[in-house]
Amino acid sequence: MLIELQNVCYTYGAGTVYEVSALKDINLKIGEGEFIGVIGHTGSGKSTLIQHLNGLIRPTSGRILYEGKDIWEEGYDLRSLRTHVGLVFQYPENQLFETDVLKDVMFGPKNQGLSEADCRARAVEALKQAGIPEDLYTSSPFELSGGQKRRVAIAGVLAMDPEVLILDEPTAGLDPAGRDEILHQIKYLRDKRGITILLVSHSMEDVAQYANRLLVVHEGRIAFDGHPRRVFTHYKELEAMGLAAPQITYIMHALHDRGLNVELRATTVAEAKRSILMALSERASLKE
Amino acid sequence: MGEITLGQYYPSNSILHRLDPRVKFIGTFVYIVGLFLVRGPLGYLFAAACLAALIVLSKVPFRFILKSMKPIFLILIVTMLFNMLLTPGTPVFRFYFLKVTREGLIMAVRMGIRLAFLVMGSSIMTLTTTPNQLTDGMQSLFSPLTKLHVPVHEISMMMSIALRFIPILTEEADKIRKAQIARGADFESGGLISRIKSMVPILVPLFVSAFRRANDLAMAMEARCYHGGGGRTQMKPLRYAKRDFASYGVLALFFAICIILGRLGV
Amino acid sequence: MASIIKATKLGFDYVKYADDSETPEKVSAIREIDLTVEKGDFIAVLGHNGSGKSTLAKHINALLVPTRGTMWVDGIDTGKEEELWKVRQKAGMVFQNPDNQIIGTVVDEDVGFGPENLGIPTDDIWGRVEDALAKVGMLGFRDRSPNRLSGGQKQRVAIAGVVAMHPECIVLDEPTAMLDPNGRKEVLEVLRQLNKKEGVTVLLITHYMEEVVFADHVYVMDAGRVVMEGSPREIFSQVERLKELRLTVPQVTELAWELRKSGVEIPEGILTIEELVDALC
Repeated sequence: MLIELQNVCYTYGAGTVYEVSALKDINLKIGEGEFIGVIGHTGSGKSTLIQHLNGLIRPTSGRILYEGKDIWEEGYDLRSLRTHVGLVFQYPENQLFETDVLKDVMFGPKNQGLSEADCRARAVEALKQAGIPEDLYTSSPFELSGGQKRRVAIAGVLAMDPEVLILDEPTAGLDPAGRDEILHQIKYLRDKRGITILLVSHSMEDVAQYANRLLVVHEGRIAFDGHPRRVFTHYKELEAMGLAAPQITYIMHALHDRGLNVELRATTVAEAKRSILMALSERASLKE
Repeated sequence: MGEITLGQYYPSNSILHRLDPRVKFIGTFVYIVGLFLVRGPLGYLFAAACLAALIVLSKVPFRFILKSMKPIFLILIVTMLFNMLLTPGTPVFRFYFLKVTREGLIMAVRMGIRLAFLVMGSSIMTLTTTPNQLTDGMQSLFSPLTKLHVPVHEISMMMSIALRFIPILTEEADKIRKAQIARGADFESGGLISRIKSMVPILVPLFVSAFRRANDLAMAMEARCYHGGGGRTQMKPLRYAKRDFASYGVLALFFAICIILGRLGV
Repeated sequence: MASIIKATKLGFDYVKYADDSETPEKVSAIREIDLTVEKGDFIAVLGHNGSGKSTLAKHINALLVPTRGTMWVDGIDTGKEEELWKVRQKAGMVFQNPDNQIIGTVVDEDVGFGPENLGIPTDDIWGRVEDALAKVGMLGFRDRSPNRLSGGQKQRVAIAGVVAMHPECIVLDEPTAMLDPNGRKEVLEVLRQLNKKEGVTVLLITHYMEEVVFADHVYVMDAGRVVMEGSPREIFSQVERLKELRLTVPQVTELAWELRKSGVEIPEGILTIEELVDALC
């Protein structure tokens, strides 16, 4: 197991009157190469959860293991953990600070203590993967478009060469094409570089499209954990949690209710199309 | 998480909340002057009793008032230490070259009480007065200065905006700090110079964001027809009520007692 | 009937200095825009980031004045400086970031900010504030600090701040871009209520396609121009064109379009689940 959480609890302001239990007894195993979608409404505890995975927050109780080692054991190198588990915060473009794009991306590798040449090589590689054209390397990061800034910021984390990449709503505020570009890039990172991905998202359509495992966080607990197709069959429970299923799920249920024999577990447009075409030809052949 | 009590309003409907901010402003001033008038234990007891009464009246939980002490705790300790060690007089005990005098001890306690009461007293004002009322009160009290071409309205508008954005920027600074730690930044080790240098990745984004916010806010204000103080009405204009006049009476009484106690030196 | 917003051949240029050149370069943010909005309409403007839709919005509120062409708001030429405050009162504006447009430290004081600037008598301000907060369903939060509200609630307060100025129309520049799905729903619901019940003209700028399904009329912008225009159905029947413009359609529309391509006989431009189900079953 790459990352393992054992009975993790976290309480804000422990010991004060403001005590809020943000995470309650979380048990979770994350394996290499997974693409995990994380959903939950605002305040469900999902942001707190992901900040535990790279040691930014220390659990009130319970253990967090990375490659079998307890990250809060005395003498554990938390800084090197953070290079293995990269975390891209919401609106990451808000952390850009250097005079040019390349230097900004080199910040992470420099903190790892790599040589100038290695830092540069890493940064160039990361910028390529993030789809930033070379002529922008010397531009000020503040002059880029919103989508470009976002991708430079992601490259800044990628340049640390992490094994796990956690992204907190990486597409927030972008236009549809910008959203697709970022998501394609993330998928590429997972497929080609084998990076384990955790994607926090508000878009059920996106997690249905990309993730092969879905975690639903609700009131500090993991309410569902499974393949998106399976999780979304519980769409009524999800609605009670202030969430929803992809529009496709509702379409399939509505069609099914009207007697069309479609696959209820379809969650993407492609799956739905296949299933509807099959059901339609079935109906046609029955009529004949 | 970035909670700052100073300038943080505690919503409630107590008598103190309903008082005119000008009364509270002058009241705080009078209280502070009173603190420096009294000198003896009886005087401080009186000041403490008044403070306690105010806290009860304000309906603000005591821990909120205590929280306002946190930022000045260090100053408090240092002031007390200096007074204790540097005041000449009859030594109580010696420790190598340091000597603590009787006068020093008295002075330290006195300064400690003054400072603590001063901060608590003014935090009662900020906790029971919305920053807007506070700036309205100041604007009204200082409005005579407009004749001397002091931009009183503009200054008070700036203050109230600053107060609104302090919590937002504090939270943002915390977010940026965490994001840079996630990129391997180290804010803990190293000497003073390298620590100051390590702040750059936090400060630059914070400034950029503050400017962007300022820009957005200016536009939003313009869009809502803001064009300075001229021709503006107020939603919550300041009008003295009976309770405000009564409070001025109480303040005068408090001030008189402080003067008498100070004269008597008890 | 008089139109509330009217633009003819509207253009806006600004001067930009490229990195190492001394010579200024003229950039057109929007050009040749013709647009007419009738009172009581719900209008949506779509476009990817940088298509010029924000620049257009700022013209309606006279935050920008056209460098070419003319913009009229309720018959007033926005280029006339002496009418500036009148234009801004008639066309209220709500921005993207809820944190950066709330001025007051208490909800009701913020809503009162606009009326204060208009010089409304104190007693009337209170009435307007209460009324505006009630219309966006935030009356119960009037004594709260905006910092403790959710994103959707903050945007509703911002809308109330505009409503309290008694505008003829409200222009919203991506008001939902920074909100979670529940916040988006809240804001949209409030806008539809204001439009239907109060007859306020709404001009909503967005790149969330689901939000324009209920609009009376949709404009699509690209590279500073209006490139598509029509009812939502007309717009959404051109899935390929929208994709070229860096936009997408709701899943139900995309699915219907895919099915049509595969030879299933269903009408063009399906917007809702019910329509698709009725077409198939």
